[in-house]
Amino acid sequence: MKFSEQWLRQWVNPTVGTDELVEQLTMAGLEVEGTESVAAEFTQVVVGEIVQCEPHPDANKLSVCQVASDEDELLQVVCGAPNAAKGLKVPFAKIGAVLPGNFKIKKAKLRGVESFGMLCAEQELGLADSSDGLMSLPADAPVGEDIRSYLELDDSIIEVDLTPNRGDCLGISGLAREVGVLNRESVTTPDLGPIAATIDDTLPVEISANEDCARYVGRVIKNVDVSAPTPLWMVERLRRSGIRSIDPVVDVTNYVLFELGQPMHAFDLDQLQGGIVVRHATAGEKLTLLDGQELELSPDVLVIADHERALAMAGIMGGEHSGVTDATQHIFLESAFFAPEKIAGRARSYSLHTDSSHRFERGVDYLLQRPAVERATQLLLDIVGGEPGPVIEIEKSESLPERKLVVLRRARITQTLGLTIPDVEVEDILTRLGLAVTSITEGWQVEVPSYRFDIAIEADLFEELARIYGYNQLPVQPLQGSISLPSVQESKIGLPVLRQVLVTRGYQEAVTYSFVEPGLMALLEPDIEPVALTNPLSVDMSVMRTNLWPGLLSAARYNLNRQRNRVRMFETGLAFVTRDALEQESRIAGLVTGLRLSENWANPSQQIDFYDIKGDVEALLDLSKETHNIQFKVESHPALHPGQSARIYKGQEAIGWIGALHPSLQKKLDIEAPIFLFELLLDAVQSRNMPKFKELSKFPEVRRDLAILIDKDVDSSAICDIVREKAGDYLIDLILFDVYEGKGIDSKRKSIALGLTFQHQSRTLTEDEVNDAVEKVVSALQQAFDAALRN
Amino acid sequence: MENLQRLAEEAQEAIAVADNVAALDDVRVRYLGKKGSVTGLLKSLGKLSAEERPKAGAEINVVKQALQQAINDRKTTLEKIAIEQKLSSEKIDVTLPGRGDCPGGLHPVTRTLERIERFFAGVGFEVVEGPEIEDDYYNFEALNIPAHHPARAMHDTFYVDEKTVLRTHTSPVQVHVMEAEEPPIRVICPGRVYRCDSDLTHTPMFHQVEGLLIDTQVSFADLKGVVEEFLQEYFEQQLAVRFRPSYFPFTEPSAEVDIQCVMCAGKGCRVCSQTGWLEVMGCGMVHPKVFEYSKIDTEKYTGFAFGMGVERLAMLRYGVNDLRLFFDNDLRFLQQFN
Repeated sequence: MKFSEQWLRQWVNPTVGTDELVEQLTMAGLEVEGTESVAAEFTQVVVGEIVQCEPHPDANKLSVCQVASDEDELLQVVCGAPNAAKGLKVPFAKIGAVLPGNFKIKKAKLRGVESFGMLCAEQELGLADSSDGLMSLPADAPVGEDIRSYLELDDSIIEVDLTPNRGDCLGISGLAREVGVLNRESVTTPDLGPIAATIDDTLPVEISANEDCARYVGRVIKNVDVSAPTPLWMVERLRRSGIRSIDPVVDVTNYVLFELGQPMHAFDLDQLQGGIVVRHATAGEKLTLLDGQELELSPDVLVIADHERALAMAGIMGGEHSGVTDATQHIFLESAFFAPEKIAGRARSYSLHTDSSHRFERGVDYLLQRPAVERATQLLLDIVGGEPGPVIEIEKSESLPERKLVVLRRARITQTLGLTIPDVEVEDILTRLGLAVTSITEGWQVEVPSYRFDIAIEADLFEELARIYGYNQLPVQPLQGSISLPSVQESKIGLPVLRQVLVTRGYQEAVTYSFVEPGLMALLEPDIEPVALTNPLSVDMSVMRTNLWPGLLSAARYNLNRQRNRVRMFETGLAFVTRDALEQESRIAGLVTGLRLSENWANPSQQIDFYDIKGDVEALLDLSKETHNIQFKVESHPALHPGQSARIYKGQEAIGWIGALHPSLQKKLDIEAPIFLFELLLDAVQSRNMPKFKELSKFPEVRRDLAILIDKDVDSSAICDIVREKAGDYLIDLILFDVYEGKGIDSKRKSIALGLTFQHQSRTLTEDEVNDAVEKVVSALQQAFDAALRN
Repeated sequence: MENLQRLAEEAQEAIAVADNVAALDDVRVRYLGKKGSVTGLLKSLGKLSAEERPKAGAEINVVKQALQQAINDRKTTLEKIAIEQKLSSEKIDVTLPGRGDCPGGLHPVTRTLERIERFFAGVGFEVVEGPEIEDDYYNFEALNIPAHHPARAMHDTFYVDEKTVLRTHTSPVQVHVMEAEEPPIRVICPGRVYRCDSDLTHTPMFHQVEGLLIDTQVSFADLKGVVEEFLQEYFEQQLAVRFRPSYFPFTEPSAEVDIQCVMCAGKGCRVCSQTGWLEVMGCGMVHPKVFEYSKIDTEKYTGFAFGMGVERLAMLRYGVNDLRLFFDNDLRFLQQFN
């Protein structure tokens, strides 16, 4: 909310400057967003009246004016403005004046005619960005008065960013109350007393939606003159609050809104049929708002209607049909209390947000309706005249907010704030805030004023005390209390360790959006329907990822398009998968493409392949010390190359995928080099087995190497499984140290070299025992895979 | 014995010109070997008379020893030369870069989060994570933000359906913790959060860390202590910290925390909009209603909560000037944090 500092100071005027005032507000929880001066710096400009205006003898665009000011005699001024005319009152910069931009006014001669000063446009005084003529002042402007004091230009516009709990400060009166408390200054309130009726006219008012509207105050005012101008001071205050002047009646209702915080509305009395009814809209009921848009109302919307139709969306915006126009003669003023919870959300559901709805949603003082009508009546009588009828007030007292009584316990203040505030000070702060305080044994009973919707419980009072006492005056205490040693679960591998494994292997961590483009997601995981957002920012970010690959692929593409020829990235985070129910699984995924090693004189310039990324995945899996339990099985994934992909199992549980991106996808994504991907469930790689000691054997190891020829399509894991099974209990290690295909070998076969290491725990193995084991292995391989020993 | 003298000179000459160990050995064999000429002279001593023999023998032995000494000396010299030659032939360019690869690195958000987690883990806070697709109840209602509460407008929520949202803050994790555990509670909850907002200074996803401490004797003074200490440790500076009253539906009293601007040391600059202060955190005493939702005894326990934006803290710490860089994943950006 923006407001004029001068306006506030008319209510309460502490002896602090603007900067300190702003600091006070911010530190009291009414955060000041910014301040700006109302006008630029200038001096010696007064109200001038053009008493004579003749054309310049030698220039047809100039005129020669005689100007009355605070000087004893008329001064001659040559002026080029088209609207210069006899009788006009304008800002007059005298000889010696300094205008914005350090523009000094001196005696001058224009086309041979002497000129003693300058008549000014708004732009020249820094009051507007552009002007098309002299600034026209009201006819009653006092000639000779300094323009800065006449227009109250020594003023700042202060913008406060109020939190939703402080609806009470959405008016000058509330801000003044707060400033008064902070400075121990009294607040001057304008006269809100009753204005006597001069006519008997009233209008029937009926509330049928009791819970929504607990009080409705109205008043008929007849024979108003809507052609009367809004006084300059009011136009200026509204302008400084960010509100444009419309007509005097609307201006007055807006003025009361900004002054007291009570939204009001004025109807054209002649447009009202029968009387006012406050009710819910009927299904499908239509209403054209003041701004011209036609709405179809839902039945939860509260409307102000007459006996024929809806006239306004209650508390949000008036209707076009019943508003005040140039032709209006009689008006009906409305000032109501709508329950915050009944208004909240309504405006938003129609994409509306008005000064009125903003206040009703946060809570308007429920005792303010009648004083606001009296204030508006007084202002209207002053400006547009007219004859007021008696005030009409309908109250549904059972629906009015209850007077809140809150118990404040002395001991709890100390416990919550860490400080004992003396009783007198507690009472002083609360009283200054307008709370009625009664002493009771354990502390006080506090009655909350009708304007403080945010105070309902004891904790709210702690905040009030802390706020006025000063948050930064409250004590600071270092962390204390007994702390026990943290539990360090050895069977769990921390995420930082996993990340570090990949970082050490050259991976860069990425963080990508969890919402992705549905087309890409469908290409990568067509079998899972992703969770869709109902209000995405854009289609590109409209579904939740079902795996971590879309983000990594997009990041890789981003970097490949920027001449990075080698990308190694990983990400950890949730994938959102709907199976029977939505599951949010923590995963770790990686992507590599380009050279195996960074380009370097000593590194071979080789492209990465499947076994590089498999090595990375194995490095992660090795941490679990369960390698014997891990299997890479040939299975196909729609996103992966069918000949270069595997599903990863830990025991029976599928824990991830690894493979080359399917070449057709690679082409669709417009990526040239092959891409390799992996993804693992974090839970599966974060658990590890405890080390278990095994006695070291003192007896020699025996190693036997076997080279076998075997069909190409036999997987090495199948070969190793058989070896382990047949080699007996004394096999302590098995390595596969060579794979060869090509020259010298049948084209359907490959050569595999295996190293078998045998050892007994308590004696030396005999030659025969080892030979026997090796023979069993060879014959089993022969039987199973038609393997042959290679010579 | 002229012969001996000549032989000695000849041998010395040969030793001197031998330019490698093998050649030198040849010289040794030629003169001192079994069939060598000096050895031959010794063998021929038998032909001399018994009177001449000792003298001649002594003379030959002197020569022999001198030659042996010369050979040894020469050998040492040759070996030294050989090593020097070998060393100089093995010289390499040690300024060439090494073989293999450099490590990658963590994302600056993770780097910052890990650091924050370490501070709090050190004083007994447990790290807890929670779901990102969250029930309306946990994200709003249990945090005292009922439907249509004006505070909801501050959140710009992404919806999955009417009752399900992408969490707009990490505070719902607090609720899960309070439902599952009995106080005393000390947790921090890091993670991704989502807001339907995207411009120069907002991304639709970012990271927060939420802290929660509940115990029997917890006051606003403790909250101030933890927050102040954390910020000074995080920035490794004794910077000024101030608390401003603010409003969050789930804390009361609530505060915004400002630090003295780290870019200009509080003098006023573009980053702090000339105020000298930077808003970095929100915090407050846990609202009794929040305790009631999670069935924690408000008479017995009090607690505080604080929350901060991780990207914001990382930007201030490392001088990053554009929030969006965190999610472009440009390697040139990421590698600056390795």
